[in-house]
Amino acid sequence: MYPAQFEYHSPASVQEAISLLGRLKDDAKLLAGGHSLIPMMKLRLAQPKHVIDIRKIPGLSGIKEDGGAIAIGALTTHYAVESSSLLKQKCALLTETAGTIGDPQVRNMGTVGGSLAHADPAADYPAAAIALGAEVVAEGPKGKRTIKVDDFFKGLLTTALQPDEILVEIRIPSWPVGTGMAYMKFPHPASRFAVVGVAAVVTADGKKVGVGITGAGTKAVRAKGVEAALSGKTLDAAAIKAAAEARSPQQGFLANEFSWR
Amino acid sequence: MTTATRLFGSAIKRREDPRFITGKGTYVDDVKLPGTTHAVFVRSPHAHARIKSVNTAKAKSAPGIVAVFTGQDVQTGPLPCAWLLPGIKIPPRPVLAQGKVRYVGEPVAIVIAESAYAAKDAAELVDVQYEPLPAVVDCQKAHAKSASQLFDDVPENQSFDWSIGDKAKTDDAFKAAAVVVKQRLVNQRLITNAIEPRACAASYAPATGDLTLWVTSQNPHVARLLIAAFVLGMPEHKMRVIAPDVGGGFGSKIPVYNEEVAVCWASKALGRPVKWTAERRESFLTDAHGRDHLTEAEMAFDRSGKILGFRVATHANLGAYLSTMGSLVPSYLYGPLLSGVYTIPAIFCRVWGVLTNTAPTDALRGAGRPEATYMIERLMDLAARTLNMDPVELRKKNFIPADKFPYQTPVAFVYDSGNYGPALDKALEMVGYRKMREEQEKARKNGQYLGIGLSTYIEACGPAPSSVAGALGAQAGLWESALLRVHPTGMVTVFTGSHSHGQGHETTFAQLVADDLGIPMEQVEVVHGDTGSVPFGMGTYGSRSAAVGGSAIYTSLQKIKEKGRKIAAHLLEAAEGDLLYEGGKWSVKGSPDRAKAFGEVALMAYLAHNLPQGMEPGLEVTSFYDPVNFTFPFGTHIAVVEVDPETGHVKILRYVAVDDVGKVINPMIVDGMVHGGITHGVGQALWEWGAYDDQGQLLSATMMDYALPKADQLPSYETARTVTPSPVNPIGVKGAGETGTIASTPAIANAVLDALAPFGVTHIDLPLTPSRIWQAVKAAKK
Amino acid sequence: MKRQIKVTINGVGYSHEVEPRLLLVHYIRDVVGLTGTHIGCDTSQCGACTILLNGMAIKCCTMLAVQADGAEILTIEGVAKDGHLHPIQEGFWEKHGLQCGYCTPGMILAAYQLLQRSPNPSEAEIRHNLEGNLCRCTGYHNIVKSIQYAAQKMAGR
Repeated sequence: MYPAQFEYHSPASVQEAISLLGRLKDDAKLLAGGHSLIPMMKLRLAQPKHVIDIRKIPGLSGIKEDGGAIAIGALTTHYAVESSSLLKQKCALLTETAGTIGDPQVRNMGTVGGSLAHADPAADYPAAAIALGAEVVAEGPKGKRTIKVDDFFKGLLTTALQPDEILVEIRIPSWPVGTGMAYMKFPHPASRFAVVGVAAVVTADGKKVGVGITGAGTKAVRAKGVEAALSGKTLDAAAIKAAAEARSPQQGFLANEFSWR
Repeated sequence: MTTATRLFGSAIKRREDPRFITGKGTYVDDVKLPGTTHAVFVRSPHAHARIKSVNTAKAKSAPGIVAVFTGQDVQTGPLPCAWLLPGIKIPPRPVLAQGKVRYVGEPVAIVIAESAYAAKDAAELVDVQYEPLPAVVDCQKAHAKSASQLFDDVPENQSFDWSIGDKAKTDDAFKAAAVVVKQRLVNQRLITNAIEPRACAASYAPATGDLTLWVTSQNPHVARLLIAAFVLGMPEHKMRVIAPDVGGGFGSKIPVYNEEVAVCWASKALGRPVKWTAERRESFLTDAHGRDHLTEAEMAFDRSGKILGFRVATHANLGAYLSTMGSLVPSYLYGPLLSGVYTIPAIFCRVWGVLTNTAPTDALRGAGRPEATYMIERLMDLAARTLNMDPVELRKKNFIPADKFPYQTPVAFVYDSGNYGPALDKALEMVGYRKMREEQEKARKNGQYLGIGLSTYIEACGPAPSSVAGALGAQAGLWESALLRVHPTGMVTVFTGSHSHGQGHETTFAQLVADDLGIPMEQVEVVHGDTGSVPFGMGTYGSRSAAVGGSAIYTSLQKIKEKGRKIAAHLLEAAEGDLLYEGGKWSVKGSPDRAKAFGEVALMAYLAHNLPQGMEPGLEVTSFYDPVNFTFPFGTHIAVVEVDPETGHVKILRYVAVDDVGKVINPMIVDGMVHGGITHGVGQALWEWGAYDDQGQLLSATMMDYALPKADQLPSYETARTVTPSPVNPIGVKGAGETGTIASTPAIANAVLDALAPFGVTHIDLPLTPSRIWQAVKAAKK
Repeated sequence: MKRQIKVTINGVGYSHEVEPRLLLVHYIRDVVGLTGTHIGCDTSQCGACTILLNGMAIKCCTMLAVQADGAEILTIEGVAKDGHLHPIQEGFWEKHGLQCGYCTPGMILAAYQLLQRSPNPSEAEIRHNLEGNLCRCTGYHNIVKSIQYAAQKMAGR
């Protein structure tokens, strides 16, 4: 497979990338890990006239504690997330989620920001980001703004990012010690995308609950019914079963048995 | 020769491996010819449409373009179908579409440029106008008066109506039956997916008129014969076909394909090399697919569980055109297998071969035999449940007894040898059958659903003999060639007409030769895959290489030794009858010091200074070995699975395989083929499905959608063997390339359905995907 | 517009002008001429094109050559050193971890990274780490054994 021709840009800074985006508009696509864009270009389903490679822009990757939150640079790879000792200690949900994405080679290239910005309805991070109550930091010509994850996913492959904005960081609020977190997914046997994936975060006292679901609709969603059914309850088997029954009505499964979309 | 260190039977490391593990293999796409042009095909996006116009003007002026050819330019013979059944209709299959397209992916034009990128760009500029026509995809629906027709002169899209067995006798058996089990079975369409995509590179030399084609083929000579003589109409001897290292075949690299002919034609037209390598999407759309049967099957039993009769009616989906062996697979590779390992007094099988707007179907690992075995073994389990018998007991009760071989089935085959009980017993012992049943009971009480599935299968390898095949419609022989060239220094080059694309012939055949001649393996080299050096041969398919190709080599070996013995006797001044050949030398019985080594005899054969009166110099033999019968490997496979009824997820806990493939030349290689074969069949049971929608669009057209087995979904396998040599060939081998695939699909299916027995689920169609299992459990609970 | 790139492959420096759309795998195979890296699926499932890029196993059919500018690359041709097979290569040979050989270079490089990250992996870990590499011949059984062999050999056991 052979992509169509395009012009390649490798800006040295976020600002330079933003101004390129402002100038080239819809003719341009951002390239980070490339594991969503390049297959589309090889199939010639995407034929951007310009590709803006942001992967080598310094300062956009890394995981650090920042004012009570954990800040993850957009270009941090899935492998860096999966193997981060900070995250293992403070937010094991993300390391667990990252470890289920694609395969080892894909995790070495694919990035957190790329995955969120692509907003694939079967991607894994969105469920975790929703459950954790994450925030997304976008940078545009007017500077940075923070978007709550609940406002970020707008629909199939669509986010709240403006055409001239770049996702630069993901911020995870701090959860109290003893918070339970898990991501479980039913992977498609071929693509390993989530046929359905559920991320759950529950504090030890059961007061604060976050549940995100991916794969089951055109975008990842917060399972508000489940959260409400669990909040403040003693987490015994009966309560969990009742909560599972209270799952929010979905738009129906997009995936069928032979096609992951 | 019964020493413990015999090469025949030893697990010797493969001599082909050093090049592969260092990245030095030479596959077709690695062949770089000076001045090569690159081809890209414009393909039909419609399953069925009339071509209104093809405008190539824009493409012809694209940067880097060399040429664009359409069906109007490429006027050749149609791609042949090589097996003619009575009354068969074989509509012409053009190299590039002529007037109409009949499946998504059918090539319409070939675009040739200085680079593949440029060719791809130019291909997008070819403007084809179509008038879409209604498509037929389901082969039962296509087989109707009201169905849209692919060809005007093929009513109801029926290519053939074939049957085998005794209908009246079978109908009578059903009238006398105490119990009849009946099931509609779907053998879903599979897409082979050898990891190496198909590729070809043609180079025509205008000065000499020689054409060389490098191609991903399992049978280069057959490709040469068909392409040169039947499609291009050029002298066969002016064409050379090279199938170098080939990255897996599994049947998909048997047929002659449009692209291979098109690059040959284009190279002749342009006087430059033309190369094409499939994109994986093209592999999905245009490699010959496999299986795709819809079958009504019923089996009649007496009260004790003895089989009385077996009746089968199958719609076989041939795709839009008949592929090279498209008619053979669902007929003679299918119906004659229906006796399985059982005594079945009466069998009748009818098969309708139906054309549809899908990719042509042909051989896929097992080819016909997995379809038959799945049906038999599924019905045996359904019957065991109906009769309230253990599936093991039911099978044992119906096994063909060991003293009945050779055994004549009611569907043409004569089984060469077999002893089915010991293989079953060994497998039961390995899996711990009784204990496993107890565990299953216990687990069920804890809400865990284990399933144990058996498959006692038979396979037919090395199709034969040529005269019978010819009478049944084959347009080719089924023999194999072997040229043994002994060099003056005693080194041996073996030229085999079979082809290795993973099977390790360079090792096993060298073992066979070195063992028989009593010389070191290092003195033996095996050459295959080049019509320029190898005598005409039939290639590799149907697990035939050892049984037929190996026997051809063995035959040549005997002739070499016969001539060698004459020379040795002459040199030793002894009677031929007094000579003994052992350890690489001829010696006089009783006086081992009077001896001539193989190398000395070889040297004398070429020096020719002192040969027996009238003997020609040289030591070289070509044999054409035509087997007298198929060989019939068999065995028992047992799968243990756990099914989660909440999600439909299937986990394979254990997999035991006991195979009897006759004598084994290299056990390591045989085990490896068994592992791979099992995995292929597990894929069919659980995941793989070449699914078209009603409009004939392929839904699973990438590896993101079509689920191939992955390492983390599988257990390590527990394998063992029994050995029942084949009496039909001189080396006693049977064949091992496909047994695993034939056996494992029903073993897994039976295990899953055994696990779901408490829910009252009796059958789910393949593949047993989570959603199908979940739905079946949900429906059963209602 | 073409771009100048510089890469080091198996210790040898290369510099070429390339079209931005040229895939890294085509660069390695067709421009540099190292054909041991194979193309199987085009959509980053099969792993036949696995190489090490700056020490990380990646699928080079899903990367542009221009993205690799300045990178250190290891392909299958560079795995054996001074004519000596790497223990992983030895393992594949000893344990019959290959048949047609087409997926093998990618398998070996995937295993290379696995054993760097986890020198003594369990069978389950090996199988989990091969989820990005498809083989149609071996059923993975002997590939697992090959990697176990290499792990033992590399640990000096």
